[in-house]
Amino acid sequence: MFRTELAVVGAGPAGLSAALAASECGVDTLIVDNGSTPGGQLVKQTHKFFGSKAEHAGTRGIHIARLLAGELQRSPQVEYWSESTALGYYEDQVLLVEREGRAHAVHCDALVVATGAAERHMVFPGNDLPGVYGAGAVQTLMNVHGVKPGERVLIVGAGNIGLIVSYQLLQAGVRVAAVVEASRYIGGYAVHASKLRRLSVPILTSHTVKEAHGHEQVERATVWQIDETFTGVPGTEIEFEVDVICLAVGLSPVTDLLCQIGCKMKYVPELGGYVPIRNENMQTTRSEVFVAGDASGVEEGSSAMLTGRLAGYAAAAYLGKCPDFQNKRAECQRALDALRAGPSGQKVRAGLSVVVSMEAGTC
Amino acid sequence: MRIERHPILTFTKGAKVQFYFEGEPLEGYEGEPIAAALHAAGIRCLRHSPVRNRPRGFFCAIGNCSSCLMVVDGVPNVRVCVEKLRAGMDVRRQKGKGDLNVSD
Amino acid sequence: MLKSTGVPEREQLDAVTPPASRRSKGPVAMFECFERIPCDPCYHACKHGAVKEFLDICDVPEVDFERCTGCGLCVVACPGLAIFILDETPSDHAVVGLPYEMLPVPEPGQEVTLLDREGRELGKGEVSQVSRPRVGSGTLLVKLKIPKEMVQDVRSFRLERGTP
Repeated sequence: MFRTELAVVGAGPAGLSAALAASECGVDTLIVDNGSTPGGQLVKQTHKFFGSKAEHAGTRGIHIARLLAGELQRSPQVEYWSESTALGYYEDQVLLVEREGRAHAVHCDALVVATGAAERHMVFPGNDLPGVYGAGAVQTLMNVHGVKPGERVLIVGAGNIGLIVSYQLLQAGVRVAAVVEASRYIGGYAVHASKLRRLSVPILTSHTVKEAHGHEQVERATVWQIDETFTGVPGTEIEFEVDVICLAVGLSPVTDLLCQIGCKMKYVPELGGYVPIRNENMQTTRSEVFVAGDASGVEEGSSAMLTGRLAGYAAAAYLGKCPDFQNKRAECQRALDALRAGPSGQKVRAGLSVVVSMEAGTC
Repeated sequence: MRIERHPILTFTKGAKVQFYFEGEPLEGYEGEPIAAALHAAGIRCLRHSPVRNRPRGFFCAIGNCSSCLMVVDGVPNVRVCVEKLRAGMDVRRQKGKGDLNVSD
Repeated sequence: MLKSTGVPEREQLDAVTPPASRRSKGPVAMFECFERIPCDPCYHACKHGAVKEFLDICDVPEVDFERCTGCGLCVVACPGLAIFILDETPSDHAVVGLPYEMLPVPEPGQEVTLLDREGRELGKGEVSQVSRPRVGSGTLLVKLKIPKEMVQDVRSFRLERGTP
């Protein structure tokens, strides 16, 4: 059996930050990730990050991935298994990992779960046609693999992801027919919306997809206006000749592993769905299991790095290897509070108020 | 449908290789996901659904959602959005749930 | 309204426009950043102390226009691409500096179609300068020669097909 002090599931911004923080405290760490390169979803983020300079604000996501991967390489105490899937975690503190077609048992003294988030789908006739793609899929195809997702795209959702992907499509030489948004307001940052408007992309608020048309794949989309009850208004239909309908309608935390472990979960819509109850140190109701990043509630990449670092230090403290934990914790918390301040963090703050609880373990 | 030039990104690709889709030869780059190579060749319908025989493409492109299952070298239910392309692969649209082909 | 259209209102723009007295002296930055979001790269990019330090990272930038030299480093550092350089000192035209992250890369002397904040055509202009400051990691600073009266409206452009 492979033994490690700390196992981290996920090599995205949260998992990498957790592993780097723990190893900084002298904790032997194994990262298990199902991707082939470290960075998780950072590897397709061509835009510059917001947040503060300490969290790499102003740096493109792709470059942050490289920075973190470089740090990972320089940390002798971190072992990294790529293309490895965590299958389950059991009472005897064994994490079962599928790697190169074989099952490996990994014994760990503490575990950080940083499994990220998955894209939501949406209900409309034709939503299963090839060409109805998640926004992340569009990004992966064009920004990682260099393949255009289509010629002309309809974006559904004007949150930050929808707006950013629209801009990235234009950069890749793909036309964006429009961005439709069910709410009356643009959910993402106004600066992202303004960028698109300057490039002649319409943003239709109070509009949604009525139907996708096509035989073997998307050939056309019907959009219509919706009223205050989110009901379509007949007679307001607009047809768009598009070959891709890109859904950017939100993310849900990937919590299969946390549920299997038996961590107490709570449904918190503001955080994207079921999330684990935890204390201020990201410690779940199972005392040796910590959570970080979008798996703990959907936020931004910058906050994923911070909750990751916090979980890494907390796991190290749990293992008795972080004497300066209170200071490090306070530093992470200050930065997190700053990121979550202001109107854009309102939803997250509301969500956290019900899920950060004393029910979880204390370390 | 390949991006030839990009203002921010440069793409590193593997060697150009030939593979087969429904028996017809296609070209792609070694190591890229099979789905990317197919998409670049204009192929989006990857399988047909078990009950209503509806065309299906990929959705998440990172191996989570199982919308892109195809038969690769005779093995069904391969997630082609994450399975890497190799020279000579035989890639076919999957109909329904796929057959495990248990021989013993 | 900005949050339903993505286009700032005239009053919002008036509130962030550098004063005429400063604009008459030379190039200066205009920050079209209206929303409280966590972001501070403009402060770190400015070498002249023209962007005040953020007490709260969600604060909108406060600019000391007298210190601003119109150098454009903040233009390419801003993740929101929300900063523009205005130069109204030439006698027969104005110059506007914009962040640019598309292809093809424009060339000095090239004619372009000028666009406003809604992507509407305003007329023709000419590329006067293209630079790639390192701090922008790929974002270009493109300066356009434009008719003087359009300096408050030109915020984007489209390259003409068929020109070099």
